[in-house]
Amino acid sequence: MYVAVKGGEKAIENAHAWLAEERRGAPDVAELSVAQIREQLSLSVNRVMAEGSLYDPDLAALAIKQARGDLIEAIFLIRAYRTTLPRFGYTNPVATGNMACDRRISATFKDAPGGQVLGPTFDYTHRLLNFKLAAEGGDPIAPEAAPRTEPTPHITEFLKGEDIIQDEPTSDETPGDLTREPMEFPSTRPLRLQSLTRGDEGFVLGMAYSTQRGYARNHAFVGELRIGKVAVEMDITELGFAIEIGEVELTECETVNQFKGSKTEPPQFTRGYGLVFGQSERKSIAMALVDRALRWEELGEDNLGAPAQDEEFVLSHADNIQATGFLEHIKLPHYVDFQSELELVRKLRREAEERITPKEAAE
Amino acid sequence: MSDYNFAYLDEQTKRMIRRAILKGLAVPGYQVPFASREMPMPYGWGTGGVQVSAATLTPEDTFKVIDQGADDTTNAVSIRKFFENTAGVATTEETEKATVIQTRHRIPEAELTEDQILVYQVPIPEPLRFLEPRETETRKMHALEEYGLMHVKLYEDISQHGAISTSYAHPVRVSGRYVMDPSPIPKFDNPKLEMDAIQLFGAGREQRIYAVPPHTKVVSLDFEDYPFEATKADHPCDLCGAEDSYLDELIMDDAGNRMFVCSDTDYCRSRRAAGHEGRLAKEDAA
Repeated sequence: MYVAVKGGEKAIENAHAWLAEERRGAPDVAELSVAQIREQLSLSVNRVMAEGSLYDPDLAALAIKQARGDLIEAIFLIRAYRTTLPRFGYTNPVATGNMACDRRISATFKDAPGGQVLGPTFDYTHRLLNFKLAAEGGDPIAPEAAPRTEPTPHITEFLKGEDIIQDEPTSDETPGDLTREPMEFPSTRPLRLQSLTRGDEGFVLGMAYSTQRGYARNHAFVGELRIGKVAVEMDITELGFAIEIGEVELTECETVNQFKGSKTEPPQFTRGYGLVFGQSERKSIAMALVDRALRWEELGEDNLGAPAQDEEFVLSHADNIQATGFLEHIKLPHYVDFQSELELVRKLRREAEERITPKEAAE
Repeated sequence: MSDYNFAYLDEQTKRMIRRAILKGLAVPGYQVPFASREMPMPYGWGTGGVQVSAATLTPEDTFKVIDQGADDTTNAVSIRKFFENTAGVATTEETEKATVIQTRHRIPEAELTEDQILVYQVPIPEPLRFLEPRETETRKMHALEEYGLMHVKLYEDISQHGAISTSYAHPVRVSGRYVMDPSPIPKFDNPKLEMDAIQLFGAGREQRIYAVPPHTKVVSLDFEDYPFEATKADHPCDLCGAEDSYLDELIMDDAGNRMFVCSDTDYCRSRRAAGHEGRLAKEDAA
């Protein structure tokens, strides 16, 4: 009769066997290959790489398959794998000015060197379900033009010439590493950006949206959004120079924000910055808005008490792996704690009743 | 699982964690920040305890894992299996035989010795967190020994409910200095925090490690006129008859009949093996 928690081990095994069966789905439907996920669900793959902080489309696709399409679970798989990898060193900063852009748009200038390149975007599609896709996808072919070979300069560079946009202080200081040092507050901008780029897309989006709706509004223009591949280079000590070890796809967003000036800064445009693995447009724009909101102190702005200005609040809650783990841990047994609560509530009720009853008796 | 290092974590990471543990032991009750790693189990499911255990275990150790006092609760099973696979250490359910015990929410009933290490899983290491949500503030409060807020909270409990209305995770003062969260152990366990064994606390998600060295003074916060009270259900164990152990309450039938059994399954088992019998011991055997 005392069976409450016995047999945990067998139960776990059986649950996992059932999970594996459910993951596969109906066996008369063809199984998804990792390559199919990588190629045809590439935006899911991108999100898993970005929030998993590991650039490997094949592993991300595998994680999505294993996670039954639950992206946060897939991100978790990637993070847990990532921590076991040895750290050989750090690459040189990537030069996004040399990006081979698939897409590059500016909302602030109608035209600029490098032009406006729409690239493969959902923008201007009508969101009508394409029922033809349910029957046959076909192999669509897009028209091609000769690729641009020269570098595409950043839009904000053109504003810099006029001294009308705030200058980013340059520094040769090695930035901290979020995955190697515990987060402490107040933090630094490099750490904030690291935290935001791996932060939950939904959370960062919500925070960014709140700034647009007036909680620390900073009126952002998308100065530039660019998506494309950049070379990753690393200094090899034995060689004495840097070599290219591969390339990664990135989305970079720089916002240009209205700024009336403060006690310390003259009126000028200010910037927010977003940089995310893969084609992750929504995330990089959101990241730039939140980055800008978090810079209030550096720019001498007022703290309006808005959530998006609150570094400790934003950074402590942006990580979906931390959040989901802690949220879901309340499923674990809490018999002991609940038992002690039961006893306390019974005791308090008993005492309260004793206090009330004699009074009634007197009446 | 030879693809992974002994006890899963790489040696560099273990060294970093050991440094944090040593610092924690040197400054009892102080929360040492450490660069917690992502583990293959979720945050909030014992990643802090698992990292501390991984950094503490040697191949000669015998490991025991309990959750809610029991060796066979699902998450305890899962963590024990993890170390069986990644460290290959001997495991046991017997408290006396273990050299390292990882626990969630309980201190074993059997008295621990100086040859043992008790590793706690901690969800929220900051005892002041629910009074002040900001880490920047609470660290300052600890630095200045500014614990007035906590006493005000306990006082408000008394004025509202006539008693300090904590049931688990009752705050303690360690070695006369730091106020510490003993993790969500029931109040009943608080007096046991003064023990011969080393006590290590790991909070993975919150990136904190803290410790209570052996024979350290640990005082549960209270007032002279409202002294701390270690409470438990007012019953003996229905299986082993123990009057001194913390009890789980089980609902037995649709009529809502209850039975009370030791939450420490090993304690209950060893008492029954020694011939002790509770009210329902005969029925259980049947």
